[in-house]
Amino acid sequence: MSTKSGIRGREGLAGWLFIAPVVIILGLFLLLPILVAIWVSVSDWGGKGSPLGAGYVGATNYEALLVKPGLAQLNLATSLRNNLYYVILVVPIQTVLALFLATILNARRLKGKGFFRTAFYFPSVTSSVAIVTVFLFMFTGAGVVNQILGWVGIHGPNWFNDPRGVLRLALSELNLVNPDSPPGWLTNHGFLGLAWWDWLSGPSVAMCALIILAVWTTGGTFMLMFLAALQDVPDDVLEAATVDGATRWQIFRSVTLPALRPTLFLVITLGLIGTWQVFDQIYLTGGGGPGKTTLTPAYLSYSAAFNDFKWGQGAAIAFILFAIIVVMTIIQRLVMRERRTLPRRRRFPVSGGAR
Amino acid sequence: MSPRRMSRVALTATIGAVLVVSAACGSGGTGQATNTSSSSSSPPSSSSQSSQSPTQSESSTGSETSSQSSSATESGSAGSSWTVPAGMPKAKLTILFGSSGTAETDALKAATADWAKQTGSTVEVTPASNLDQQLAQGFSSNTPPDLFYMDPSKLGTYAKAGNLWAYGDQLPNKADFYPALVKSFTYNGQLYCAPKDQSTLALWINTADWTAAGLTDSDIPTTWDQLDAVAKKLSTGGRVGLSISPTRDRVDAFFVQNGGYLVNDDGTQATVNSAQNIQALTFVKKMLTDGAMKWSSDLNTGWGGEAFGTNKAAMTIEGPWMFGALHSDYPTIKYKIVPLPAGPTGTQGTLVFTNCWAISAASKNHDQALNLVEYLTQPSVEMGFAKAFGVIPSVQSAQAEYLQQFPDNKVFVDGIAYAKGVVSAPGVTNVLADFDSQLGSLATGDPKTILDSVQTNLKSALGGS
Repeated sequence: MSTKSGIRGREGLAGWLFIAPVVIILGLFLLLPILVAIWVSVSDWGGKGSPLGAGYVGATNYEALLVKPGLAQLNLATSLRNNLYYVILVVPIQTVLALFLATILNARRLKGKGFFRTAFYFPSVTSSVAIVTVFLFMFTGAGVVNQILGWVGIHGPNWFNDPRGVLRLALSELNLVNPDSPPGWLTNHGFLGLAWWDWLSGPSVAMCALIILAVWTTGGTFMLMFLAALQDVPDDVLEAATVDGATRWQIFRSVTLPALRPTLFLVITLGLIGTWQVFDQIYLTGGGGPGKTTLTPAYLSYSAAFNDFKWGQGAAIAFILFAIIVVMTIIQRLVMRERRTLPRRRRFPVSGGAR
Repeated sequence: MSPRRMSRVALTATIGAVLVVSAACGSGGTGQATNTSSSSSSPPSSSSQSSQSPTQSESSTGSETSSQSSSATESGSAGSSWTVPAGMPKAKLTILFGSSGTAETDALKAATADWAKQTGSTVEVTPASNLDQQLAQGFSSNTPPDLFYMDPSKLGTYAKAGNLWAYGDQLPNKADFYPALVKSFTYNGQLYCAPKDQSTLALWINTADWTAAGLTDSDIPTTWDQLDAVAKKLSTGGRVGLSISPTRDRVDAFFVQNGGYLVNDDGTQATVNSAQNIQALTFVKKMLTDGAMKWSSDLNTGWGGEAFGTNKAAMTIEGPWMFGALHSDYPTIKYKIVPLPAGPTGTQGTLVFTNCWAISAASKNHDQALNLVEYLTQPSVEMGFAKAFGVIPSVQSAQAEYLQQFPDNKVFVDGIAYAKGVVSAPGVTNVLADFDSQLGSLATGDPKTILDSVQTNLKSALGGS
């Protein structure tokens, strides 16, 4: 189109001129850092001077993390396990909680709507540093949480110092496994240098406290998104459903929820990305302790680079994490694909099978 | 509909990528967002309790700081090794350091100001909020501070990356530093920097609990068995006999007491799973399982000192930084400090922690920085620091005066003779962090398995140097 001459010939140039600031800013702050990080992940840069002068080492950094048995691999596997449990628990719980709160707030006859909206949203606007600090105090062995648990006769754990996996605790509680002599087929085999026995330990008690924290803080944000979407659900459709004799649950299930599908997709995507990148909570609670059970890839990447000066490895971890997030988002996209509803465009003859 | 949402996927994925990448990429600016929080982070976890963090310093009054600076000024004229070389050009030096508090910052500012006055240079003293991270940013942008505090565990990593100027051999007072400290800062046969202070570990005993349990001075433990016995006797009424921080910086002392350590004498070979170390760790495990000892974290405390100060434990193993903490936070505790007991081999052993005055390789003012280090490591200046914020001088020529002023600290000064320093090889920090994380589950773990895995990791870290 740029070869086209005539009255519109200079429009291309003007267009480029107009978007130049954005192109420059994005290039400088987005594209360039990513390119440099890609380079660092395949270099032996030791943190001195410009990374561009470092030596190329091929896939060594990725090899140390993914293939070669050793501490680097073990740390990555441990952090992936921790984060996987974190994601598996946080994303569904916070999504359901947000939807639940939004539905309640959307009820027409609720009094003090503004108050509840603010109250639920409040944790999201509070600094995560402040929240984590408060949680650290609340979840100490003699903290508020354990005091309250004590009222109902439960002897609470020393939350942030307890590395025991809850899944393993539950199984040994049911006498299904003996934690002191785990079955050999679980301990002798593994993935990424971590035995299946450790993969299956479940989130540690410390991680559970962080999961509660995450659900509590981010629930409000997503609630607001659902609330906005709920207010867009057309009243006439809801009324029509009522007239048709649908129960409240049926209305929710068959009318409201499909209408919320785009928002649901957004919330889950944002949730997935956010939970895979969890960093500040880990940083503030002491960097992965107890027993590395709250170590996450994002924190591992930071500590590999800044504490161990293994910048290449740190960057490589970041890209592995990036790959995981992309794959998870694609999977989620496939799962949440609309199947039965007929897209509007299909009403007209479309050539080819592309959606 | 579909393409629109597809682009949303792409957008969110891209945002994710940027966030991830910027967290790892030093040159990216967004990673800094977390910086602001670092100063407030000081987690109750124990591992940060090394020598440079004597939590609250004992006496931080301005009068003492000024008396320190005046004594430092006097010393400049009194005969010492420090002189201003003729024709040394003026320079603007920067110092980045991890401060234990205002007392340390003020004392360092006063001492450097004296040096600046006598040389005509200027010194900018900046307490770091996150020393490692700020140094990393300085190194990568080629603008590191001229001088900075460095603990031995960083030596290998920084030296290997070429960030340090190895000036040790040019120090006129090189022979004055305690040999254990010199060893801590020697890498590949070169002394990289001048130790600035030192701390060793000793056994702190709560004298009230001690007498209440019917113990006397003759019961002070000199062997592990005695330690175990008195700890059991002291474990009454919800109090545990001994509590230490769950970190290698305490547990390693037991290795030394049994004639072992993580590495061999010249630090080239990993000896983590030696028979002595396994025996030592088995003893620690036994104390944990028979109730004589508990980790400080299991007592809902942040470190051994807190467990001791709140009297949840009758004994702990800590260093001289405890004076400040006890003085300001737990003034009612009466205590006695004794050397750590010896293991079955009869070896006296403890650990020494220290920091040094590292000079950046990229600094343009090497001569002036070296001269400042010479000034700061004079006995009189180090004594000033000792008075201002409770550190123990790193030079032997200050020992007599120090012991005269602080007779209580004799046990710590004596410890330096048989202490081992922190392992310093490139990439060793995450091996030691891994060891720490495994120590947390020692009570239910197998000492040999733990040490075997640390041996494998340390071996590959040392081999890769």
